[in-house]
Amino acid sequence: MNQFAVRVEGLKKSFGSTQALDGVDLGIPTGTVLGLLGPNGAGKTTMVRVLTTLLKPDAGRAWVAGHDVVVQPQAVRRSIGLSGQYAAVDENLTGIENLYMVGRLYGLSRAVARARAKELLERFRLTEAAERPSKTYSGGMRRRLDLAGALVAAPPVVVLDEPTTGLDPRGRLDTWSLISELVGDGTTVLLTTQYLEEADQLADNIVVIDRGRAIARGTSDELKAQIGGERLQVVVAHPDQVAIARSVLTDVGTGELLVDEHLRRVSVPVSGGTKALIEALRRFDAEGVEVLDVALQRPTLDDVFLTLTGHLAEETEQAEMKTEMAAS
Amino acid sequence: MSALTQAIRDGGVITWRNLVGMRRVPDALIGLTIQPIMFVVLFALVFAGSLGGAPYREFLVAGIFAQTVAFNVFFTTIGMANDLQKGIIDRFRSLPMSRTAVVLGRAVSDLGVSVITLIVMSLTGLVVGWRIRGSVLDALAGFGLLLLFSFAMSWIGVFVGLTARNVEVAQSAGLIWLFPLTFVSSAFVSVQGFPGWLQPVGEWNPVSAVARASRELFGNPTQLPGFGESSAWPAQHAALYAVLSSLAIVAVFLPLAVARYRRVASR
Repeated sequence: MNQFAVRVEGLKKSFGSTQALDGVDLGIPTGTVLGLLGPNGAGKTTMVRVLTTLLKPDAGRAWVAGHDVVVQPQAVRRSIGLSGQYAAVDENLTGIENLYMVGRLYGLSRAVARARAKELLERFRLTEAAERPSKTYSGGMRRRLDLAGALVAAPPVVVLDEPTTGLDPRGRLDTWSLISELVGDGTTVLLTTQYLEEADQLADNIVVIDRGRAIARGTSDELKAQIGGERLQVVVAHPDQVAIARSVLTDVGTGELLVDEHLRRVSVPVSGGTKALIEALRRFDAEGVEVLDVALQRPTLDDVFLTLTGHLAEETEQAEMKTEMAAS
Repeated sequence: MSALTQAIRDGGVITWRNLVGMRRVPDALIGLTIQPIMFVVLFALVFAGSLGGAPYREFLVAGIFAQTVAFNVFFTTIGMANDLQKGIIDRFRSLPMSRTAVVLGRAVSDLGVSVITLIVMSLTGLVVGWRIRGSVLDALAGFGLLLLFSFAMSWIGVFVGLTARNVEVAQSAGLIWLFPLTFVSSAFVSVQGFPGWLQPVGEWNPVSAVARASRELFGNPTQLPGFGESSAWPAQHAALYAVLSSLAIVAVFLPLAVARYRRVASR
């Protein structure tokens, strides 16, 4: 029982006619990171809101650090730190005031709250901006401050709801390295994300969620194997070279070829990414094949969804929006 | 720690946070103090001439006090709706803090706003000729009564702010009911001048009682020239009725506001 810092059994929650969570089970072993992967409207945020006691489930149970979220919400709140999708910092307060306030509300004494705020600002590289109102912060800085807020009381479980949505690539990398550090400390993390790449980087285990149901689970490698991994695709200049392309890609690939004679396009699943690409190009060069286009395609969330559900993530989103509009 | 001490401790943190916020964005506070100054000056200059001159000015100032502390509820509504919309309420609700602290802190910090507006208005009143003619203790009791009413009213503001779907809705819903509340009262005119059917509404309106009780405690005229004294119970026991209705408002809206806070789903 105790090896799971977070446990969820048959969780259900609906809003009007929309079933946001439709019987989800999951467990996060203590000290690991679970990536909850899914498109907008899949039920990720609802899951977060139930686990952080912001929302009561219709059915099912959930425990955080051994405490039932419905029966012992205050004990759950003491064990959990939340960093939201929209950085929930008070924009009129300075960086240090924000963290001091959160520390006080976790029940820390004035002195401890102040010391903790300083320590976190330093760790999150916000010391220079510590005395500035947080409304003057960049998006990335706000997100870092929000993340720091989740860690003020050094809770055993941290929930990060789409921590990099809306950040530029640099901000994203930045946040990733902060989260990796956090995991090094033995904190248990629930991370929701729309990006397979992000779950891949940070999560020990991934649960793919769609329309309120967990549709796949496993490590990043297991999921990728299920989806089929990367594909190498080439377009050759002349129709008579398609045959050569077939034989080259059969050699470097790991699976079945997809051939479009008309477009002179051949693709194949590969493992070891760029190695296969270089090998293929070397062979084409040696055979004198003129290559018009070559691409190494990594599986995206869309591929995951197409493979696992037979529909695109985008469609879920639109269906979700329609239901929401109909409901309101 | 008992629930009450935790509510007070956490409420103190939220009050501090709200006051720091007000200091950083003083625009709202400036608007809030300029408006009562305008009211005092405009009514004293424009209406007093037609309504009896100096006695009207004496009558008027306590009425504007009552109206203004009632209008401060608007400030509370907006503050609460803002917190909700910005997502900070989510953070508070995920923290192991008292469930009463956010709403309590809002009501207390807005009491601070009322203290400031009362000081500004009193000074303006003195400039246009208003005087405290009773004892210092009575005058302090008068200000205390106004602040109690202000505190009571902010619980309505908290409730409305947490119920409105967004700040824009809060802005209209938070303001519109304040006009009939403060104008259908003896704050500016005599209730005896109302149509017969409206007179009981004006007499039992807590704003009338607060205005009248302040007038009594400041030693100002409680009725306009040309009108007889009201025989209605609230007018005869203005201070008592003002306190009772303030307590009643707290008794109804404090639990409503806290219940709303517990259930509220932001965004």
